[in-house]
Amino acid sequence: MKYAVLCLLALALPAQAGSKVIATGGASSIEGAAGGGIVPWAVINGYASSDQWSVIAFNNNVGVDDFSLHTYGMAASYNNQWELSYTRQQFDLDTLGGELQQDVIGLKYHIAGELLYSQLPQLSAGIQYKKHRNFALPSAVGAHDDDDIDYYLAASKVYFAAVAGRNLLLNATVRASRANQIGLLGFGSHNDNSYQYLVETSAAVMLTPQLALGVEFRQKPNQLAFADEQHWRDIFAAWFINKNFSLVGGYVDLGRIAGFAEQQGYYLALEATW
Amino acid sequence: MTSHAKLWRLAYCLTFCLSITACSQTPLAKDELYQKLGAKAGLEQLVDGLLVEIEQDRQIVHHFQDTDIPRFRNLLIEQLCELSGGPCKYSGATMQESHTGFHITQADFDNLVNHLMKVMQQQNIDIKAQNQLLALLAPMYKDVVYR
Repeated sequence: MKYAVLCLLALALPAQAGSKVIATGGASSIEGAAGGGIVPWAVINGYASSDQWSVIAFNNNVGVDDFSLHTYGMAASYNNQWELSYTRQQFDLDTLGGELQQDVIGLKYHIAGELLYSQLPQLSAGIQYKKHRNFALPSAVGAHDDDDIDYYLAASKVYFAAVAGRNLLLNATVRASRANQIGLLGFGSHNDNSYQYLVETSAAVMLTPQLALGVEFRQKPNQLAFADEQHWRDIFAAWFINKNFSLVGGYVDLGRIAGFAEQQGYYLALEATW
Repeated sequence: MTSHAKLWRLAYCLTFCLSITACSQTPLAKDELYQKLGAKAGLEQLVDGLLVEIEQDRQIVHHFQDTDIPRFRNLLIEQLCELSGGPCKYSGATMQESHTGFHITQADFDNLVNHLMKVMQQQNIDIKAQNQLLALLAPMYKDVVYR
């Protein structure tokens, strides 16, 4: 149904897109920020270049052994400088039963550098305000708060003709966070409520201007005593069909979640841009 | 070690090896890129294709209203020839001089890059050569935009 709505919207609206080069808006990550699948990048989403607007709708799905995550949201960007996003995350406890929901409001500001054109990598700073909507369970397993803010600084750069003549995108992000399992299990714990500094990285090779293959790594904290939390990683293929549609498919390894080990599975993301 | 762990290790090794390759490329023959772009005839075709795209782009075409197009065409061919290692010497003004006062925006520059990429694809230029040419032109951004 959501796909149908996305498609209808896309057909109903004129195929206007901004001036930015294809793929340079990245994809929408699971927290709504432009990036890969699990890591926010310094790129601003959509194709809005100077003095232009862009609007994005997205739907991401992750299915691992005992859980699934469905996220959908909207984002807008202006001037290749500001990015605002709203995301609803629904985390289904497929084996345990039940579901958890969280809202994420993200804001990103492009500080300096140009992804394609400057020697300096593109640098952006962002915040993600997260509000859990079903806090009873996270609270019961020791989470301290039902809402919090993540802060991050990201650097992204494209190196032309770097790998077998293909362009290479490298990204590094540092995040300050108190989120347990990105907030799906609440924020902080009763033992330790301090911010953790976490490193997140991505590398992608542009096989063609429209097709990328990449890997990502996301360091995770491990604050809740009830169950270990492990780092996340994925490999993905992103197809930027045109400036209005992109499709990302991947394989994710989310490690241990709430006592369930080796959570691995698929990643699928669809994005429409105007 | 599980098969999954092996697969992940392979993915990371591949990425690492590719990055190393990226950093240790052997130097090109001086005019290799020029030849891959089709030498003089290829560059003429490329620039002609670009001029058609510019002409049809209402956002940027106004920057060229007072431009002597035949002269601009020749200078651009000459510049791309020199940049790609061909037997030419660019005789025009510096990028900064020739763009000052035009108030070229990032969107204008992005549009031109889109046109160039489109024309290179249409003319079936080898993808490595496309990216190498982009690598040579991208740093001109700072001399062209907001001058």
